[in-house]
Amino acid sequence: MEPINGRFGTHGGQYIPETLMNAVIELEEAYEHYKNDSEFQREFTALLNDYAGRPSLLYYAEKMSKDLGGAKIYLKREDLNHTGSHKINNVLGQALLAKKMGKTRLIAETGAGQHGVATATAAALMNMECVVFMGREDTERQALNVYRMRLLGATVVPVDSGTGTLKDAVSEAMREWTNRIDDTHYCLGSVMGPHPFPMIVRDFQSVISREIKQQMLEKEGRLPDAVIACVGGGSNAMGAFYNFIEDKSVKLIGCEAAGRGIDTFETAATISTGKLGIFHGMKSYFCQDEYGQIAPVYSISAGLDYPGIGPEHAWLHDIGRCDYVAITDDEAVNAFEYLSRMEGIIPAIESAHAVAYAMKLAPQMDKDKIIVINISGRGDKDCAAIARYRGEDIHE
Amino acid sequence: MSKLERAFKNGKAFVAFITCGDPDLVTTAALVLEMAKSGADLIELGIPFSDPTAEGPVIQEANIRALSGGVTTDKIFDMVRELRRDTDVPLAFMTYANVVFSYGIERFASTAAEIGMDGIILPDVPFEEKEEFAAIFRKYGIDFVSLIAPTSHDRVTRIAKEAEGFVYCVSSLGVTGTRSNITTDVGAMVSLVRAANPNVPCAIGFGISTPEQAKKMAESADGVIVGSAIVKLVGKYGKEAVPYVAEYVRSMKGAIR
Repeated sequence: MEPINGRFGTHGGQYIPETLMNAVIELEEAYEHYKNDSEFQREFTALLNDYAGRPSLLYYAEKMSKDLGGAKIYLKREDLNHTGSHKINNVLGQALLAKKMGKTRLIAETGAGQHGVATATAAALMNMECVVFMGREDTERQALNVYRMRLLGATVVPVDSGTGTLKDAVSEAMREWTNRIDDTHYCLGSVMGPHPFPMIVRDFQSVISREIKQQMLEKEGRLPDAVIACVGGGSNAMGAFYNFIEDKSVKLIGCEAAGRGIDTFETAATISTGKLGIFHGMKSYFCQDEYGQIAPVYSISAGLDYPGIGPEHAWLHDIGRCDYVAITDDEAVNAFEYLSRMEGIIPAIESAHAVAYAMKLAPQMDKDKIIVINISGRGDKDCAAIARYRGEDIHE
Repeated sequence: MSKLERAFKNGKAFVAFITCGDPDLVTTAALVLEMAKSGADLIELGIPFSDPTAEGPVIQEANIRALSGGVTTDKIFDMVRELRRDTDVPLAFMTYANVVFSYGIERFASTAAEIGMDGIILPDVPFEEKEEFAAIFRKYGIDFVSLIAPTSHDRVTRIAKEAEGFVYCVSSLGVTGTRSNITTDVGAMVSLVRAANPNVPCAIGFGISTPEQAKKMAESADGVIVGSAIVKLVGKYGKEAVPYVAEYVRSMKGAIR
């Protein structure tokens, strides 16, 4: 649905400092103009196809389907995009929009580094300056991505405030934006933050479900029975779900990071453990204590290690259109290894959360049913961390 | 006239900010009393938040110190309730939307009124979102203070027309913290506010730390707001900070009087 006054049901809004208000209003006006501008859409599509390598494959995972003995499983291969994840879809759209708005500098937050790398890539391509904020702890666990961003010409700023993870990187990017607005666009990486970001990021990511639908009709002549995607802020899930929301026969399932379990404090499962709140510009569900202090969340996956969820997901949860399930570190690591051996595809540890749920769901479904898993990114970046999780001391 | 507006009747107002519970609530209470005696016309009590996105490093660190010390919204309410027996200095809470929202806006507003608070400032609640909060605080007689920024331009008139208590004029881009140089034409900002609402006082904050800066800012406004410079003293001297802060407040009020 289109947000009404910037809201999805009760969620969303623009809870930001006055300093940023005209910037988000200007952004919304520019977006409303360009989204119906055929020249903009032509340029965006050309970038997606000729630069990012779209459409991405929809691959029938036959071996995995037979092994699990239930539903047919298709993998939407966002991991094959240029830069290795779905993040590039949104970034190319926002960078193009920023350029049209006369901005010359992009700032971004990043958790695992995928969005930072994508932003640095788009900035290099479009000749823009780029600064990426990344939690100190994440710069250490994703050192290779830090190097990639620098190689691409970006400046990476390690963030020491708070817990030194994704939420602190978002806070620091917001602070930097209040400091320098005229020439700078905040290229937000997920379907979160103040309106219009959740809508813009969703629209740029919705190419995923548009392609799945078309590819599925070509291959199977019908819609899938379930689409599964991992959810941190929720951009790959929103992209994979969006064009199926009106198709009520398609179950939409978001997989949150349970970390060490939703009954522990070391979790990032917002729908399972959070409550309604206001943070990072939006009203939505957040992991927080009884006084509204944001909880220091945990997941093995730096990309899902966020205490909130995008407002449209919160609304889809409220109305019962999407289901949100929690997947532990252990389950995700097992799925990471399973898909690698079974199909020769190493998924990002984030995407492995979606694979893990499909491994539970598929055997319960008939063989004529179809599941699509959105493989949001590739797992090369995670190999060292997973090896360490398994007790092998390897370093990049 | 609301109690916050009365804070501007004693010459140019000096508005002081401190973070509650930094380093502990006993010191916070002592600071409030001494700052009031030393010339502070209005005191902003910061309720710490885990992720204060409008603050620079000085107040961020104060928030962490306070939260690590175990301070909570309820403990701060208790402190204010006690404090009110000894002072009638105008007091406003400054915190973030989620602190109020998670407590329950109605429950927060009614408790704040009961313990004698006069205003509330939420830097992450702009004009478009304010009625969700302001309507309830208004019901309990608490002013919901609006901010304007150097980027507000065409928004100033709308904001000023609905302003309660005073208008918090943000002097500079960026987050809170001391600055050696403030380049915004604050006089022009204040003129826009006054054109839209001649009755509401304007106080300028963000970046002010020296008596010279305060004097210059006070020339074009009704008051100045100082946060980070005071919080820095509290950070440096901890439980011994009271006399240093009192001396600082005297020098600042002296410069703008």
